[in-house]
Amino acid sequence: MKKFEKTISHFVPLPIEHVDTDQIIPARFLKATTREGFGENLFRDWRYDKSGDEIESFVLNKKGVKGEILVAGKNFGCGSSREHAAWAIVDYGFKVVVSSFFADIFKNNALNNGLLVVAVDEGFLEQIFTSDSQLIIDLETQNITIKGSGESRQFSINPYKKECLLNGYDDIDYLLNNREAIEAFESK
Amino acid sequence: MKPQGKTLFDKIWDEHVVKSIDNGPDILYIDKHLIHEVTSPQAFAGLKRRGVSVFRPDKTVATADHNVPTLNQHLPIKEALSRKQVDTLTENCKTHGITLYGLGHPYQGIVHVIGPELGITQPGMTMVCGDSHTSTHGAFGSIAFGIGTSEVEMVLASQCVLQHKPKKMRITIDGELNHGVVSKDIILYIISQITAQGGTGYFVEFAGAAIRNLSMEARMTICNMSIEMGARGGLIAPDETTYAYLKGREFAPKGEELDKAIAAWSGLPSDEDAVFDKEYTFSADDIEPMITYGTNPGMGIKVSGWLPEVKDIDDASEQLSVEKSLAYMGFESGSRLLGHSVNYVFIGSCTNSRIEDLRMVAEVVKGKKKAENIKAYIVPGSKQVEAQAKAEGISDILEAAGFELRQPGCSACLAMNEDKIPAGEYCVSTSNRNFEGRQGPGSKTLLASPLTAAATAISGKIEDVRSLMER
Ligand code: SF4
Repeated sequence: MKKFEKTISHFVPLPIEHVDTDQIIPARFLKATTREGFGENLFRDWRYDKSGDEIESFVLNKKGVKGEILVAGKNFGCGSSREHAAWAIVDYGFKVVVSSFFADIFKNNALNNGLLVVAVDEGFLEQIFTSDSQLIIDLETQNITIKGSGESRQFSINPYKKECLLNGYDDIDYLLNNREAIEAFESK
Repeated sequence: MKPQGKTLFDKIWDEHVVKSIDNGPDILYIDKHLIHEVTSPQAFAGLKRRGVSVFRPDKTVATADHNVPTLNQHLPIKEALSRKQVDTLTENCKTHGITLYGLGHPYQGIVHVIGPELGITQPGMTMVCGDSHTSTHGAFGSIAFGIGTSEVEMVLASQCVLQHKPKKMRITIDGELNHGVVSKDIILYIISQITAQGGTGYFVEFAGAAIRNLSMEARMTICNMSIEMGARGGLIAPDETTYAYLKGREFAPKGEELDKAIAAWSGLPSDEDAVFDKEYTFSADDIEPMITYGTNPGMGIKVSGWLPEVKDIDDASEQLSVEKSLAYMGFESGSRLLGHSVNYVFIGSCTNSRIEDLRMVAEVVKGKKKAENIKAYIVPGSKQVEAQAKAEGISDILEAAGFELRQPGCSACLAMNEDKIPAGEYCVSTSNRNFEGRQGPGSKTLLASPLTAAATAISGKIEDVRSLMER
């Protein structure tokens, strides 16, 4: 996993609630046996019409809307446990997702792939949506700032996960290093 | 001072903690790991990259379900990518010595149907699978939850996952169910009350007289959909119904072993003084046959009821989300669904594809004919369910009514295989998700019980099953 660095970037607004994993990556694209390439089909059915042409009104197709941060309405990532949803977001080039509420399994999957999820209060989310500014995401200090207005919020993250992200560690290495304890548990 | 009582959830969780990380998650030991073709290939590839082997191959069981066709399963899978995923699973299981109930095996089926029916799922266990509806297994009084592929890799590598202990909720359903109301209606009702995110961060224990009176299969339907309210999982305390169900199943303990196990399981139910972080109580009497009208499972109403008036919704963002759903579904605010024409019915999925579900359907359609306009997928959850449906004459009843029983798999629940609902078509479905395009791009899903689905198939339009049932 790559280390998470301080991110200063414009954001892509998706002011929709309950964005579910079937919208993030529809099931018919889950047939791959590798982790790469899912970004192409991120938000597939909102992004392209039946004949495969871009739907102009969808935010990812708008000229001039770019950034490493996705900002979405509440209950982002609800639905299935497919980690492909996190892979697709990362593969597309996002480093952070901001929302006022995240579904549990999605949150785990995101963090396990170095994708930072930042939960902010509804009011602040509204401020972000109405600003046309870059955002500054500092994981070290757990701060999210709207660059234009200077308004900022603290966000919470589990200290263990924060360590993992900042150092690029992953959980599997950690568990492999604990095999002895696991074997001891088994023989209890 | 007497120590504080523990919940069912706490008792199982605490027993399985290998180690707690300071300020971090617990290392949780997993008793049973289920895998399938879609969420496992990248996990096995990860192991290979790290040069590690599967730590406890005897604690993992595999099946092929998401991608498989539901007709002509004896032929090679036509679609190349699906075939490759299923073949990859077969290879990985062979390499690592994992038991696989693949296509053609008499035990093959949807992962959450076969675990319980084979007696693999037992009270007091921790179970995971790379699939959110792993919550189904909680019906036995086990901690069962869905995980992502990185976590599948963790379990393969160490038989453990790193998890933060969730909060605990109890939902109590008092009283007795009304005529024509089944467990699917209970769970759709609960989600409509507490919303599609109301359970986020919690593990939910379902309790109360109405839950106690349910069969094991009906309990599974409830726990299955606990994920649809955002919860990590649901569980129900084991009791005589649980033990009777387990008795004689392939991998369940037998004879003296079973007696010993039951003695241990009897200590699992939540202590009387156990405290939950959140509690809800509902009355069974308030529950009627339910159906969803929108694009998240919280958007449910009585089959006989009216859609919400958008202008009456106070919360602006909720108003927007209902409006968007209605536009997608093509329904008018404040209108009624009853009598609305639909052309597709899907009876299947890990929510409602067990033998009791098929019996319910048979009872409704017996001696009747499906409506001309209806195309129906009736898909058993496993080879064993399929065999039993044939043995009980259910397949004959269905055939006489103009339906066909297909072969086991996830089928039109998620449109990854050949079974899809065409764009623009409505489908009354016994599955668990009504997201946009879930059953095929542009498809419009209405979630309901097997009874409501069967009644709709007969009428050719959305039907209240109670008007077809004799009292
Ligand atoms: S039946 Fe549907 S919900 Fe159940 S495991 Fe299969 S795809 Fe998932």
